[in-house]
Amino acid sequence: MTIFSVYIINKAGGLIYQYDHSTPRPEVEKTFSFPLELTLKVFDEKIVVAFGERDGIKVGHTLLSVNGIPAEGKNLQDGRDILEVLSADENFPINIKFGRPKLTTNERIMLASMFHSLFAIGSQLSPEQRSSGIETLETDTFKLHCMQTMTGLKFIVIADPRQAAVDVLLKKLYEVYADFALKNPFYSLDMPIRCDLFDTNLQSSIEQAERLGISNV
Amino acid sequence: MTIYNLYIFDRNGTCLHYGEWNRKKQSGMSKDEEFKLMYGMLFSVKSFVSRISPTDIKDGFLNFKTNKYKLHLYETASGLKIVINTDLGVGSITDVLHDIYKNIYVEYVVRNPVCDLSQPIESEIFKTKLDEYIRALSIFATRVS
Repeated sequence: MTIFSVYIINKAGGLIYQYDHSTPRPEVEKTFSFPLELTLKVFDEKIVVAFGERDGIKVGHTLLSVNGIPAEGKNLQDGRDILEVLSADENFPINIKFGRPKLTTNERIMLASMFHSLFAIGSQLSPEQRSSGIETLETDTFKLHCMQTMTGLKFIVIADPRQAAVDVLLKKLYEVYADFALKNPFYSLDMPIRCDLFDTNLQSSIEQAERLGISNV
Repeated sequence: MTIYNLYIFDRNGTCLHYGEWNRKKQSGMSKDEEFKLMYGMLFSVKSFVSRISPTDIKDGFLNFKTNKYKLHLYETASGLKIVINTDLGVGSITDVLHDIYKNIYVEYVVRNPVCDLSQPIESEIFKTKLDEYIRALSIFATRVS
């Protein structure tokens, strides 16, 4: 049972808090010979696998490093263009590391506002009267739980699909927010939350929820 | 338990079929606009899910719930999307959605040479069979209200 991450979105759709609790990021390193049996493409300033899944390398994984030198966008840290390095026969055999791309802060802000509008459309397309927005969203790898407060704030928890008692955790997080963010005289409403007490209390609530989830199953 | 409505989209976003059974509230826009909004939402949900997921996903988005209804999605490898809205008491209906694809869509649309696969379905036999199938489901309980 795991809680992956927590997002808090203000009533305008802006991300005001984000915390990654446990994110399993599988990384695969493999030695390749020429020519490469994977098709790579440039997407969003990153080198990603476009075709050819093998040995745990999946389509959508980004290239993280070549021969131990980390990648920075389309180039290596030493300034060489990655696609040029990989197209030259003399550089092989070569050691390449792939993994799931880590979300940048900008991407997280974008995803938060994206969810904000999906939430609204979800209630607009409802076949029943007076429907709320999306409360839970299930996929095969995770389940997203969302609680909207009366003031329009959204608490989002991304957890394992089997994790129990997430609704209790959402209420607890709201309580932590009210106690440690709102009562902090240096916190201005609807702005990103930067309070140490809030951080520590939020983390301990999540750990408690994970233990509770195990005993409930 | 009840089934409200059903949408079938092709991979380009054309609504091939729409069926309605116990729907209580209309969205307040034309059907054409509603289909576009629904397809746009599914498209965004899929992209959202694939990016926010902590691990590699296989089937991706399955369903979402609000406090009033539950939306189920089934997508085939060819990009055909079947969407059913039910009430909250319904569990996973992936097998039902797969049955609709396999026994109704493929049988009466794909195997019908007169049906244009990228246009809304006009075949009467498809519509009757689909309606019969949905009405015979255990999760389809007509309410007196």
